[in-house]
Amino acid sequence: MEQEIMLDLQNIIKRFYVGKPNELEILHGVNLKIKRGEFVSIVGASGSGKSTLMNIIGALDRPTKGEYHLDGIDICKAKDKELSRIRNQKIGFIFQTYNLVARTNALQNVELPMLYGRKGRTDRSKRAKELLELVGMGDRMNHKSDELSGGQKQRVAIARAMANDPAILLADEPTGALDSKTGRLIMDIFHRLHQEQNKTVILITHSNELAEETERILTIKDGLITGERKGSLSYAGA
Amino acid sequence: MLVLENLKLAVMGLVTNKMRAFLTMLGIIIGIASVIAIVTVGNSLTTSITESMQSMGANNITVGLQQKSEETEVSESGMEFRGPGRQKEPADEDLITDEMLEELRAEYSAEIEAVSLTESVGSGTAKDGEKYANVSITGVNDGYFKTDELTLLSGRMFLDVDHEKGKSVAIVSNKLVNNMFDGNNQAALGSTIDVNLGSRYYTYTIVGVYEYTESSFGFSSSSEEDITTTLYIPLETAKSQNHSSDGYQQLTLVTSVGTDATQFLNQVQYFFDSRYRKNEDFQVSAYSMESMVSSMTDMLSTVSLAIAVIAGISLLVGGIGVMNIMLVSITERTREIGTRKALGATNGSIQLQFIVEAVIICLIGGMIGIILGVGLGSVAAKLLGYAAKASVLSIVVSVLFSMVIGVFFGFYPANKAAKLDPIEALRYE
Repeated sequence: MEQEIMLDLQNIIKRFYVGKPNELEILHGVNLKIKRGEFVSIVGASGSGKSTLMNIIGALDRPTKGEYHLDGIDICKAKDKELSRIRNQKIGFIFQTYNLVARTNALQNVELPMLYGRKGRTDRSKRAKELLELVGMGDRMNHKSDELSGGQKQRVAIARAMANDPAILLADEPTGALDSKTGRLIMDIFHRLHQEQNKTVILITHSNELAEETERILTIKDGLITGERKGSLSYAGA
Repeated sequence: MLVLENLKLAVMGLVTNKMRAFLTMLGIIIGIASVIAIVTVGNSLTTSITESMQSMGANNITVGLQQKSEETEVSESGMEFRGPGRQKEPADEDLITDEMLEELRAEYSAEIEAVSLTESVGSGTAKDGEKYANVSITGVNDGYFKTDELTLLSGRMFLDVDHEKGKSVAIVSNKLVNNMFDGNNQAALGSTIDVNLGSRYYTYTIVGVYEYTESSFGFSSSSEEDITTTLYIPLETAKSQNHSSDGYQQLTLVTSVGTDATQFLNQVQYFFDSRYRKNEDFQVSAYSMESMVSSMTDMLSTVSLAIAVIAGISLLVGGIGVMNIMLVSITERTREIGTRKALGATNGSIQLQFIVEAVIICLIGGMIGIILGVGLGSVAAKLLGYAAKASVLSIVVSVLFSMVIGVFFGFYPANKAAKLDPIEALRYE
């Protein structure tokens, strides 16, 4: 069966300072298709345009030119409010620095996207508890974010990213700030979500070792995707 | 729903940062407290002045003869300030006559309870050998005692026959009895006293003794024995002793209960205007204590409003303090804002979050300020000797105002937060 295309970027160009003397083109026409349930990694050195591409994929930014469809939605034409909604419903962000909201506990952090998604109170707390159990944080739900270790924070962040059952999980160097043992734990969670829940996962990293664990490895260099190869993970959807 | 969550978050934020929250609120607290305190003191002052003036007969209408003048300006209270001009003594035909009074009473029998007429004879000394008492002799009619209720300690009031025949009878104060009859009221009754008015001597028979009460206004510097008290005699007696004509320059109308004094004042004014229209030199003007009370109250309110506005400036300063802290807080929480946006917060919900925070700060500050202000105002009013009376209106206005400050001064920072670019915000160190 032909896999449904989840994410479709065509000839994406991104320029900064448009119309000014210091106009700068970062992405020179990126083409990228990712299917539902794929586990893809995007590898590139710093300055390669990796972050810019991630921001566009994550609907935090619009391309200057090109077309981007996410789960059938034309991102380029979306207004600010629609972009917020897309980020809320379709994308689950996982950051290198966790970015949990200070002063709030694990449960409230996981509930936050559902709050913006206007989900009812009881549904919110039920789903948040389930997700925290799923990432093994069931016993620390009421801990404030500054009472958690790095690995624990990242697990809460993954649960938060899953809150609205998004189309893609977008992880930006999720293990970058963790030791290798904890990093392993986090990667295992991604594998589990990919296999058990058939989640589309996009891992952005500079580490070839981590990228090797995924199904497909895309290399980005100087604003273009220069290479594509299979990872060690056998393609689950094939 | 989002508001409730924001409220919870805002309160949590304040609790974790108590000192900063308190300092931020301080401006609002001081501002609101001073406004409320000033309004409370002003309110108490107005109330007690109004009450004391009312007790002096706010429903009495004073009617007085006044010289007509082109430059005459009538103030709001009905009092006239005469411009420069030749002073003229009213002739007999200018005076308010008994006939006019009869007509007035007939026309407004429902409104007029009594007409108070007085005629001053003069001040002098009652002497009996070594004993003496200072008196001022005033002739009064029955209606007078409706405006100034005397407490009779012994004896009687004037009888009709006293008035009709112009008898030389007097009602004296207990001070006079203390001085001249060693405080024996019974001994005083029926006794005669001689009063020296400088050029004239009069002899009166004491028929009653009233209790002297110190006037609410005016402080007598004289000693206890030298104090001048009023010696009341019948109006007719005073008139014959003054050799005065049948007419009055001034009189007081006591209105009956339930009469609209302001409306009646106009009717009385109209009544006399129609009778004095042809008089070239004189007119009659009527004014009531009520109109004076209201102009006094107006003045006091204006003064306290002016001070409250000045105090309100500190509120403004407090508001700017709130804005400042909100701006700092937004810079500190740039990453949080970025994260929230990445998680799907719209610009509107970010804006709402920070406005709610600012409003909470201002509202809590406002509440503390109100409590403090009412307390301070009450203490100040007590110290000044007035019954403390907090103004509910000013409290309600303060609460609303502090919310408005929160929205107003929270709006700019919140807007700034809402407009942050999520990418920049997430990258912020």
